[in-house]
Amino acid sequence: MIDVLYFAWVRERIGLPKERIETRAATIADLVAELAARDDRYAMAFSDLTAIRVAADQVLTDFNASLTDVREVAFFPPMTGG
Amino acid sequence: MDVRVQSSPFDPGIELNRFTDHLGGAEAGAIVTFSGVVRNRPDGSLVRMEIEHYPGMTELALAEIGQEAMSRWSLLDALVIHRFGPLVPGEPIMMVATAAAHRSAAFEAAEFLMDYLKSRAPFWKKEVTSDTQGWVAARSEDEQALTRWR
Repeated sequence: MIDVLYFAWVRERIGLPKERIETRAATIADLVAELAARDDRYAMAFSDLTAIRVAADQVLTDFNASLTDVREVAFFPPMTGG
Repeated sequence: MDVRVQSSPFDPGIELNRFTDHLGGAEAGAIVTFSGVVRNRPDGSLVRMEIEHYPGMTELALAEIGQEAMSRWSLLDALVIHRFGPLVPGEPIMMVATAAAHRSAAFEAAEFLMDYLKSRAPFWKKEVTSDTQGWVAARSEDEQALTRWR
């Protein structure tokens, strides 16, 4: 089981902030492919991965990262703090 | 070092005085502060700015950026405050303060904190007017700004 979190427009496109999913995805890219295949909302949200950043267990990482021992993955647009 | 992520308002002046008092006459010769406020649109149409963040990761990211600044510039102290939730034009969004023996370290560390905080701390801004709302896009200049610190 893994918690998947969405923020900003990724959250709005998918329509929920957080979900707990059962997955056998080995990498974040595999997880994205699995999610994007679910329905149009997910496909839309993940249509351009250059516009999305990802964190594994609250640390920024990249789409090739392994999901082994990861409990929380978050997808969001580039950050705009300050 | 103090890092605060909060929805409640803060007064940058009061925070600066507190930060200064807390140094207690140590060897600090320079204090630099930066305050970010909600900017209205050129036509004055902004009703509010909504700031979303990633609870947990935000605190981790800010603490890491703060620690990096503390050690890299041998700061005597540093403060980072960042708000989330709905804010109106003119309200303070965030502030950083740095204390060092000399001004160049304090200025540089404050700039470093701002540059990293903009592109590496998980905050997102949404602008709301009476008839539109949209997420603020990240600027490539902000990402570029990080290269000077590597």
